[in-house]
Amino acid sequence: MIKPEDDIHNALAAADVEEPSQAVAPANSVWKPLSWAKSNLFDSVPNALLTLLALLLLWETVPPLLSWGLFNATWSVADGTAAACRDGTGACWALMGEKNRLMLFGVYPYDQHWRPLLATAIVIAMLATSALRRFWLPALGYAWLGAVVVVAWLMWGGFLGLTYVETAQWGGLPLTLGLALLGIVLAFPLSIVLALGRRSNLPAIKAICTGYIELVRGVPLVSVLFMASVMFPLFLPEGVTIDKLLRALAGMTLFTAAYLAEAVRGGLQAIPRGQEEAADALGLSYWRKMRLIVLPQALRLVIPPIVNQFISCFKDTSLVTIVGLYDLLAATKAALADPEWRPFFVEGYVAAALVYWCFCFFMSRYSQWLERELATGTRR
Amino acid sequence: MLSGRQVKQPATLRALVYSARFRGIVYQVAVVVGVLALGWYLVHNTLANLAARGIATGFGFMGQEAGFDIGEGLIAYSAADTYLRALVVGVLNTLKVAVLGIALASLLGLVVGIARLSRNWLVARLATFYVETVRNVPLLLQLFVWYGIVTALPGPRQALDLGLGVFISNRGLKVPVPEWHDSYWPVLVLLAAAFIGLFVLRRWAINRLYRTGRPFPWLSVGLAGLVVLPWLGLVLVGAPLVWSIPELKGFNFQGGADLSPEFAALLAGLTVYTASFIAEIVRSGILAVPHGQTEAALSLGLSRAKTLRLVVLPQALRVIVPPLTSQYLNLLKNSSLAVAIGYPDLVSVANTAINQTGQAVEGVALTMAVFLVISLALSLLMNWYNAKVALVSR
Amino acid sequence: MKAFKACAIAAALAVTSMPAWAGPTVDAVKAKGFVQCGVNLGLYGFSAPDDKGNWSGLDVDACRAVAAALFGDASKVKYTPLSAQQRLPALQSGEIDLLARNTTWTLSRDTANGLNFTVTNYYDGQGFMVPTKLGVKAAKDLNGATVCVLPGTTTEQNLADWFRANKMTYKPVVIEKNEELASAFIAGRCDVYTSDASQLAAIRANEMPNPADYVILPELISKEPLAVAVRHGDDQWLDVVRWSLYAMIAAEEKGVTMANVDQMAASSPDPEIKRLLGVTAGNGKALGLDEAWAKTIIKQVGNYGESFDRNVGQGSKLKIARGQNALYTQGGLMYAPPFK
Repeated sequence: MIKPEDDIHNALAAADVEEPSQAVAPANSVWKPLSWAKSNLFDSVPNALLTLLALLLLWETVPPLLSWGLFNATWSVADGTAAACRDGTGACWALMGEKNRLMLFGVYPYDQHWRPLLATAIVIAMLATSALRRFWLPALGYAWLGAVVVVAWLMWGGFLGLTYVETAQWGGLPLTLGLALLGIVLAFPLSIVLALGRRSNLPAIKAICTGYIELVRGVPLVSVLFMASVMFPLFLPEGVTIDKLLRALAGMTLFTAAYLAEAVRGGLQAIPRGQEEAADALGLSYWRKMRLIVLPQALRLVIPPIVNQFISCFKDTSLVTIVGLYDLLAATKAALADPEWRPFFVEGYVAAALVYWCFCFFMSRYSQWLERELATGTRR
Repeated sequence: MLSGRQVKQPATLRALVYSARFRGIVYQVAVVVGVLALGWYLVHNTLANLAARGIATGFGFMGQEAGFDIGEGLIAYSAADTYLRALVVGVLNTLKVAVLGIALASLLGLVVGIARLSRNWLVARLATFYVETVRNVPLLLQLFVWYGIVTALPGPRQALDLGLGVFISNRGLKVPVPEWHDSYWPVLVLLAAAFIGLFVLRRWAINRLYRTGRPFPWLSVGLAGLVVLPWLGLVLVGAPLVWSIPELKGFNFQGGADLSPEFAALLAGLTVYTASFIAEIVRSGILAVPHGQTEAALSLGLSRAKTLRLVVLPQALRVIVPPLTSQYLNLLKNSSLAVAIGYPDLVSVANTAINQTGQAVEGVALTMAVFLVISLALSLLMNWYNAKVALVSR
Repeated sequence: MKAFKACAIAAALAVTSMPAWAGPTVDAVKAKGFVQCGVNLGLYGFSAPDDKGNWSGLDVDACRAVAAALFGDASKVKYTPLSAQQRLPALQSGEIDLLARNTTWTLSRDTANGLNFTVTNYYDGQGFMVPTKLGVKAAKDLNGATVCVLPGTTTEQNLADWFRANKMTYKPVVIEKNEELASAFIAGRCDVYTSDASQLAAIRANEMPNPADYVILPELISKEPLAVAVRHGDDQWLDVVRWSLYAMIAAEEKGVTMANVDQMAASSPDPEIKRLLGVTAGNGKALGLDEAWAKTIIKQVGNYGESFDRNVGQGSKLKIARGQNALYTQGGLMYAPPFK
């Protein structure tokens, strides 16, 4: 094996920090839970105090939460009004029954909701498939291409029997997912160029790329989105306008690219100098060297950071509500604007938070798993 | 690329074309020209568009009367002041929430990060639960929840009276403050002296520890001084301590100091969200310190708390500070979400100014420039601190 | 990586849609086949989408009137919902063709912001709404109050001016979205909600759990002529929009309604009605429109009175009286120049 490559994997293995092993109760103890509690919760006076404090906290919060969220909750209403909820003392989950479609799909035409539903299902299925290394084949690329075409057809319509739905009416979860996915996918090539540029030994190119990255990373996404939504039209020649959704997407992409570029740069830096020197010695041109030697190694290293970036991109899409797009959060708020259901805003937010949480938690676990998988997969 | 041929035929055109240096220059010129052309194209279009639509340009509006009020600020401001002053109020509000947020998030993050590694199973689980819940939900959503909670408090007329003139209502937290009196100056001076004394004492205590090996409880002594000295000053001055106590007059509480609901919600949201990331950084920083260090410290007879404070954390700082810097920057940038819950930060004030003057380009450019400067200053500060930590640990 | 790239390119191609806006607006609008109209994000009575996504309201009717005049079909409108912040840049940049978003006609907007206002379609004034239980009877009692107000509006400036002029103090709470602000007000974050009186009526009727718990104070502290705006510098487009709106006012004055417009066109002896409805040709040609343009507006959208009643008047939840918005013949301000 080539020596430097081992270094990378060692570095990766070092970066992949395991949780410290918990103290394990001795096997010969009389009553296991008791001895376990003794060694893990009450082994010293400060520790016992901490445990009691934690128990007090739990006692104060968990029972009221359970009685609010479960035992006293109103799960459905018969007449479509919130009267039953106002009478009850618990959470009003009936809100979900009444408003779930507005929350999930925003102002998409009501009788066409099966289309974004199906599109979302396809995207999630494709994401799940792509998560498994077994499916990392060229065919997956074509499958994605097909999926993108089908999803675009479902969302826009306009031919093959589907009515046309303009982007202004898109909303909810499909919009959130779409913005996050497209944002990261479109930012990816740009980020590679920026990262290579920042590591270039041509001073002008290095300065431009570094400047861009630092500039974008120094300003809030809100400003970037505001610029995209308000100022982009002024940048273009008279007569050219671009879609509101597209402008937000462009803003997200330009923003994400700067952060992603730093992740890619991290990967590039992990490639030992010897690799590049060997490629130079073989007489490869810059682009062939990058394409054949450096990037394949570097990009494999940056897949976990890319997933992490995707998570923050996914959460950041909630900011497009500030520029007037109906993403999941904005659609939830729209559902809560109904005076009938307004008092139950906590339930609405909890539901939206749960959707975000499921996606983000799952992806962060995936990124951790992938990091180990990629490290061990080539070490054998 | 350098090739053998170049050495043989140095003077030919071919050699020039294949020279890495020449190519580098060509690439750079091409890219710079490209970027400049793009920039010129955008600026040209913008100017043409602005001119065609008769929109005013330039920063002349900064001197005009703003004509709108701002809910809270660190400096006096009224609707009769200029746009410039309104923007300064916004910048100060951004700084206020960012500085407090960074301090509180660091503290909470440190505690939670240590708690995640606690030998106490329950505490470790609770900390994990907190981290995994909070960091996987968008901050904006959390801010809406915080704001919803804060505004769901009872109104000022039914305010919760916590005693001693402290009130909580949906108008915020009201606390009594001492009314300013000119004879208080010596007190302030003593307070400052106590602060300086704290640092001097720390220096001296560390020096003594190195020289003689005997520790000195500098922290407790210093903190005591921080309380006692100003109090002594008050007694010496003999001025009556008059408290401005919040009192319900008309619609609202008058007097005292207050913490507005918008500020409270934003601060709580930023702190809780960022702390969950800082906790993870602290945790991995501590894990990066070899376990032998802890074992060695314990075998020297240091207590667990001292081991953590004197041995583990200083070494962990080396790993912690660089990612911590980027979390601080994130917190600063995230403070711009204030606009969604009505806290008058820079973005919020600038948006209003843009809307009134119609000068979007100037407004957005200004906002970005201010954020860039603050970010840059913060990173410089953190880099300086990082260098210091790295040096000390060697 | 190949897959990534392929997807990126496909997606970029798929998402790009560039409606062109070039040269005189009328031709551009005709070429694309619809009017792009900037409206409020959701203000009941002026512009709000229903559950099915169909827009209605007084401002929406202005958009529909222009579409009817241009295309003979009032439904050829696309709506761009805009926040108060976004509305002026959206029109300046050409993203929308006209702005019918309860926008107050002011000198600075007419000049420095590069807009041209056409016709005031609603005369409004700024008022205050307070919870009944506070017992406030007049605006002068509001000293020291906390006031909910939309940022970046003329309302915000009027508020500051009025309190200053009356030597009173207040604390503003500013949130950019109507419904957010209304939520904060309902929760009791502020004592007073200030906005145009029509908006207060809309919010009170529509968003309050119990409208009787809130009272709108009698004083109006400003003039708010809400007008439809177009971009500065395209006179032909300005004319089309202006006269489309005047046609609705003139029709009400002449008693031409949705129901009787065909009959009027066939049998009315009044030369003004004949000119209005295109029986006597000339007006359409002058505007570059079909001669039946005004007839189509009235047939599909109705006259101003019908639109008012349906959206904000007695036929709606808001039940706002005509007041200043009655025809000049009935003591109001609505007045259309002659159709000659």
